Amino acid sequence: MDTDEVSRALKRIAHEVIERNHGLAEVVVVGLQTGGVPLAERLVRVLKEIEGVSVPFGTLDVAFYRDDIGLRPVLPEEVTSIQVELTGRTVVLVDDVLFTGRTVRAALDALADYGRARAVQLAVMVDRGHRELPIRPDYVGKNLPTRRDEVVDVTAEGVDLGELVADRSGR
Amino acid sequence: MIAGTGTRHLVSMTDLDREGILGIFHLADAFKEVAERPIPRVPALRGKTVATLFFEASTRTRLSFETAAKRLSADVMTFSASASSLEKGESLRDTIETIDAMGVDAMIVRHKSSGVPAQVRAWTKASVVNGGDGQHEHPTQALLDCYTIREALRERAAGAHGAPGVPGAPGGPSGPEDLSGLRVGIVGDVRHSRVARSGVLAMTALGAEVVLVGPRTLLPPSLDGWPVKSTPDLDGVLGTLDVVYLLRIQQERSESGLLPSLEEYHRRFGLTRERATRLGEGALVMHPGPMNRGVEIASEAADLPCSLITRQVRNGVFVRMAVLFHLLGASGPLPVSPHFARTADA
Repeated sequence: MDTDEVSRALKRIAHEVIERNHGLAEVVVVGLQTGGVPLAERLVRVLKEIEGVSVPFGTLDVAFYRDDIGLRPVLPEEVTSIQVELTGRTVVLVDDVLFTGRTVRAALDALADYGRARAVQLAVMVDRGHRELPIRPDYVGKNLPTRRDEVVDVTAEGVDLGELVADRSGR
Repeated sequence: MIAGTGTRHLVSMTDLDREGILGIFHLADAFKEVAERPIPRVPALRGKTVATLFFEASTRTRLSFETAAKRLSADVMTFSASASSLEKGESLRDTIETIDAMGVDAMIVRHKSSGVPAQVRAWTKASVVNGGDGQHEHPTQALLDCYTIREALRERAAGAHGAPGVPGAPGGPSGPEDLSGLRVGIVGDVRHSRVARSGVLAMTALGAEVVLVGPRTLLPPSLDGWPVKSTPDLDGVLGTLDVVYLLRIQQERSESGLLPSLEEYHRRFGLTRERATRLGEGALVMHPGPMNRGVEIASEAADLPCSLITRQVRNGVFVRMAVLFHLLGASGPLPVSPHFARTADA
């Protein structure tokens, strides 16, 4: 995917979010640290362009909820900041790549500690398959069939598919 | 337990170098955010067991460690020397090995004798954290003290640049990472203080300049190898200090002849109401607790806005969560300072 394709996918996802939730009144966007945060910020901007509404925005680092603590080095990378009450709201969780689903599982547990959201929806730029848990995205930028040992990189310049670099298999 | 994680301990501040300390602070920042959540608990250490072994009385340190462990979802085992088989004559080693056999992942050890936590390392597979040993060290106190100073500096820096953070936007206060350029006075019974020993190591590792202040009888007999100065003249340095750290004066010091009287100590070394007016601009006042109001600190001074004393207690939980997560969460071994490496396992 190049830059334009990522932008178009984001616009489409924004329209889908609005349509599915009948507006943005109850919607909160939460970006997963670190890859999901820039995308979540962009999604919030696009939603504002379309509906003229500033959707509450938060960031979430799921390190303390991971199921591989003790199996590999796990440290929080960036700040968690959710300043809005989630109870009764619909949370759109944003990440760059959906792979095994374990990060999303951890994120669902973390969100529950902030309150009982009415619903949690998942938006990802790339769904690369190889799920290890029963988790599915609600909004997908692109389905990208991959080998397990490949690496998907989502940056401001677009989405790249590369070869595995030694220690990034846990992604 | 995962291979390799059972050998990591925090017995002395020499177990951590500057980067290791800042790593703990980074984690503590994350745990501070956890404390603000509706449910202030994370599952990070689910399935781990933390035992608090306090062979010497303590309320705040023990409660702080136990709160920290519980907020990480670890199980907590509490051991009190007074209600144990030690009273039936069981040796320390047998007690430790018995607890070890039950399967614990960390032991928090406090003992009136210096060196006990270091010795306990040899008797258990668990990570050992020093909760204060004799006149030796109290590393988590030093970490929480430095974290509290850094927090105050960062909040001040954020305040100087307008709003510390827009609601809903990520990012807390930023500012100084360490204590570079800061002048800290540690005042009181430095000679017998484990808080002062760990404090000097932590503060100087983070770039602070430390002055030890107290009557000559309560200053260390030698400062050989310590990058600090000392003086018996509090009034001479008071206005130059960015942090005034007051140590607890123990009653028995005056009984043993090291101090003429507590009243005289208060007059010469206490943070009296009058001295509080001569503090440097922006100076911070700290105390590890429990305070003797009217001895090392006047009641009014303890309640000044520049006093960080209740913050120290609050931050103690976050810092101890960080230490436990760092030791038990397998985030890699703590880096050892090359500067202190020669003493690390002494």
